[in-house]
Amino acid sequence: MLACLIVLIALVALPMSGDLHAMDVTVEIMILALFALSLNTLIGYSGNVSFGHAAYFAIGGYTNAILLTTYHVPLLIAMPVAILFAMVASMFVAWFCTRLTDIYFAMLTLAFSMLVWAILFKWREMTNGDDGFVGIAMPAFLDDRVPLYYFTLAVVTASIGLLWLICHSAFGKVLVAVRENRTRAGFVGVDTRRMRWTAFVIAGTFGGIAGSLYALFKSGMYVENAFWTQSAQALIMTLLGGMYSFFGPAIGAATLHLLEILTNRYTEYWPTVLGGILLVILLFLPDGMVGLAQKIQSRFSRNGGAN
Amino acid sequence: MAILETQNLMKDFGGFVATNNVSLQLIEGERHAIIGPNGAGKTTFFNLITGHLTPSSGKVIFEGKDITGMVPHKVVRLGLARSFQRINIYPRMTVFENVQVALIARDHNHFKLFSLGEPHNRQDTKDLLELVGLDTEALEIAGELSYGKQKQLELAIALAENPRVLLLDEPTAGMSPQETDEAIELVDRITKERGLTLLFTEHDMSVVFGISDRISVLHHGEIIASGLPDDVRNDPEVRRVYLGESLDGEGH
Repeated sequence: MLACLIVLIALVALPMSGDLHAMDVTVEIMILALFALSLNTLIGYSGNVSFGHAAYFAIGGYTNAILLTTYHVPLLIAMPVAILFAMVASMFVAWFCTRLTDIYFAMLTLAFSMLVWAILFKWREMTNGDDGFVGIAMPAFLDDRVPLYYFTLAVVTASIGLLWLICHSAFGKVLVAVRENRTRAGFVGVDTRRMRWTAFVIAGTFGGIAGSLYALFKSGMYVENAFWTQSAQALIMTLLGGMYSFFGPAIGAATLHLLEILTNRYTEYWPTVLGGILLVILLFLPDGMVGLAQKIQSRFSRNGGAN
Repeated sequence: MAILETQNLMKDFGGFVATNNVSLQLIEGERHAIIGPNGAGKTTFFNLITGHLTPSSGKVIFEGKDITGMVPHKVVRLGLARSFQRINIYPRMTVFENVQVALIARDHNHFKLFSLGEPHNRQDTKDLLELVGLDTEALEIAGELSYGKQKQLELAIALAENPRVLLLDEPTAGMSPQETDEAIELVDRITKERGLTLLFTEHDMSVVFGISDRISVLHHGEIIASGLPDDVRNDPEVRRVYLGESLDGEGH
């Protein structure tokens, strides 16, 4: 709790430093953190691995960008509509995907996300295809770095707060039981498919929020944002931070993004470094950084008790 | 009056008939044991009743209502809870949460997205853990409990649904003689206190003959005998199936 407060105060204070580069990096991390946290509702809490989470990020982002720019819709309508689109899309996809489990579930999420990618790629007159949808008509009140920073901070904080509540609600508790043992949960009267469907829709909706913020931040959307690599990135962030803790994926997002920036200063082989990171996680950090920290802490406290 | 009834229940796994024409009436308040050699179809029979499997033909009637082919989570809602032969809990959650989750589901609160989960059903959970004797282990990780305690936890989860009929699949399987005695005493006490109807499968004949009001014997998916313990014990067909085994309630 205290840690959250400190991070929040630091985030609120950051623009006073006047470091624009640091602000840009932070905005991107906040968005990626929300994206990873949204995915973790599905992965960590319901136990369903999605390879296609980028679809909802892209739908949220593109819808927001197109409504603002092509149709001159004000942001206060465009953004909620964009989020609604992501939500409706995830409701539809979840209906199919939750009929399946495990690897079949994962493959179907991937298939749907590639479908979204293909539509964005081919529907040139609407999305501008692989040239990317650039040059968003930004609303006047966000037409500067500092207001955009605070707008992102406010939306991300509210979204993460809401996600936290959902993950710690009566629903969230039972969802973990569904993850742990679906059969048993069914035999205590839980409609496990509907639970998984709901988790999917929550993930997709908050993924859409992240995407719509990303469109504002980059002042554009690109087909790569719907590609499976974007989904994989969120998955790696989640694993790196730790999927069995609520804030783990956010920590993973920050770490991975900062590492990417750092690596790019010295070499262009970021994908190689990323591969190495993934290897280390899978072999040595099954519960991510948070899991490691907890292990160290419990060892310390045990030693302390012995002395 | 029959609270649970199967009529000509049949399950055919592509040529292998696991349950064959089983008609059974469970009288309200009785303790009914299903016995039979390994592979006799006891677990399949349970799975057919609780909706885990759909019968090939025949009917399952619960309190006069046809529940054939109903999905498990709806069957439970009607008041038919079960435990499993193999441990079936939420291994990485605490003992407390294992029971709490069942209670949240019982009260239809599992779709409350914006209501903190922690405060839900705390007292009920405590009471149930006390009932099965797990109150001191409440905060332990369920998967780290001893085998016997995990079985007790299973019972608590099944009881959380406030069932009227309890189906226990081998409640003492894998237990030491002492754990077996404790577990049976617990089941005995709880079913009496709550006026539950009990249908259970069991290998341990001393347990079977110790607490059953009636016994049915399943062999190759068919019921070959059903009745009072003494009648079943002296049935020549049953004696033939249990060739050489003691049915006198001495052996384990």
